[in-house]
Amino acid sequence: MQHRWTMKRLINIQPSPLARIILAALPFIITLLLYLWISDMRLSSNPNDKLMPAFSSFATAISELAFTPSKRTGEYLFWIDTVSSLQRLLLGVSISALIGLIVGLLNGAIPLLRANLSPYITVLSLIPPMAILPILFIIFGLEELSKVILIVIGITPFIIRDLQGKTLELPSEQLIKAQTLGASTWQILLRVILPQMVPRLIEAIRLSLGPAWLFLISAEAIAAQSGLGYRIFLVRRYLSMDVILPYVVWITLLAFILDWLLRKLSQRVFPWFHDPR
Amino acid sequence: MSFIEINNVCKHYDKTVVLERVNAKVEHGEFITLVGASGCGKTTFLKMLLGTEVPSRGSITLHNRPIAQEPGPDRGIVFQRYSVFPHLTALQNLILAHEFKHARLIGKLFGQKRNEAIAQAYTMLTSVGLEHADDRYPHQLSGGMQQRLAIAQAFMQQPEVLLLDEPFGALDPGIRGDMHQLVLDIWGKTAINIFMITHDLKEGFYLGTRLWVFDKIRHDPQAPHAYGATITYDIPLGHTDRSTYKTIHRALQRNKPVATRNSQ
Repeated sequence: MQHRWTMKRLINIQPSPLARIILAALPFIITLLLYLWISDMRLSSNPNDKLMPAFSSFATAISELAFTPSKRTGEYLFWIDTVSSLQRLLLGVSISALIGLIVGLLNGAIPLLRANLSPYITVLSLIPPMAILPILFIIFGLEELSKVILIVIGITPFIIRDLQGKTLELPSEQLIKAQTLGASTWQILLRVILPQMVPRLIEAIRLSLGPAWLFLISAEAIAAQSGLGYRIFLVRRYLSMDVILPYVVWITLLAFILDWLLRKLSQRVFPWFHDPR
Repeated sequence: MSFIEINNVCKHYDKTVVLERVNAKVEHGEFITLVGASGCGKTTFLKMLLGTEVPSRGSITLHNRPIAQEPGPDRGIVFQRYSVFPHLTALQNLILAHEFKHARLIGKLFGQKRNEAIAQAYTMLTSVGLEHADDRYPHQLSGGMQQRLAIAQAFMQQPEVLLLDEPFGALDPGIRGDMHQLVLDIWGKTAINIFMITHDLKEGFYLGTRLWVFDKIRHDPQAPHAYGATITYDIPLGHTDRSTYKTIHRALQRNKPVATRNSQ
């Protein structure tokens, strides 16, 4: 039987470009409106309510932290916090990426090394990093080093295992072809495997950024003199939601920007990896 | 002694016998096409020439020396897929062999040496009709273009033996004709040994100077893996009568053993 008009199946309906933007923005707008509405209700019944401050309170609190020198030290705390946190994060992630790339690639490419190291790394990756944070504080002190090392311990095993797997997934035809072109093991690592692993490393880093932030904020919450996580846990004592919420939004924004930058970088430098094949 | 000698080669995995009692002598410049039903061991045979598989018994010699048990620059290969490097442009794919040879430590050439390699690569690109695609990545090339690039890449290395594992199996019939011509041209210029696996019996008869059919002579219905395949037909091409073609064609269609006949 022929229908004159039939609705397409749901899985076949694609949003138009405009609809896509509106649909994407909708949850954000709803969240915002919901907050404003409830906050307004609470503040009208109790003007001293601290749980859901008005947007004007956010502006005051952040302008005080970001654009007014601190009375005690003369520093702009918001920016000091941001720089300290980003420094720790980027240092930790960079060290992890470097170790992860080298060990993961060698593990994937060289069976002897894989037999030697792979089980060990699997066991190491199962240690909960937060459980050994006290050990790190004891060994490396309460300064920067232990925070960076927590990030490194937290995400390096994942990057190693991911890249080891990705190296093993390379078609064996490629490695055989390289050998028939006269390549040594070293040359295969350098010219065939490494360049194909770098975009995959960027993917692994993007996936690790979430855990990296988690470890950073946790370490800062426990012992630090500055940092985004430190500030949030410090002002928690005064129930300063006017500081905590903007800081959370700021951290989210930073995480988003880092992810976006990595994605764009990868697309620009490795077109062969991202184009449809 | 012949260029390549295959003496009583046998290959089995546990109790599954894939190949048994394979014997052959190959002279310089022969172009051998390998046909046979799926799972008859022709790919296993090619892998033993390549060095990724080792005979369970018997020996294969190249220049009177046992063939290396890992792939090497004396034996080039073109697979059905994944033969070129996706992260390198067509030109970079071609100069790679030179870079492996002349830059042992960093695997990359610069300046004068690089220019020389590029000049050679362009000659090769032109001979396979890809001179305008030099800066394209493999994913930007069609399947036929990728295989032409793979063949060019293998020839850049100037191997003594070229192994082709169903190189045109994934291509449209129309493109295959061009590819045949290309392979014949390059083979004619270099006169290297070619071993080519094909599923297409016509292709096997049309290309090459010699055809090998892989099949099982012995069958045990109770134990289908007890016996392996061997070369059942070894035919010099170019003067083959139609009836031989039909006999082999029927044998492959029915996937039944055909009697051993060595017409040489």
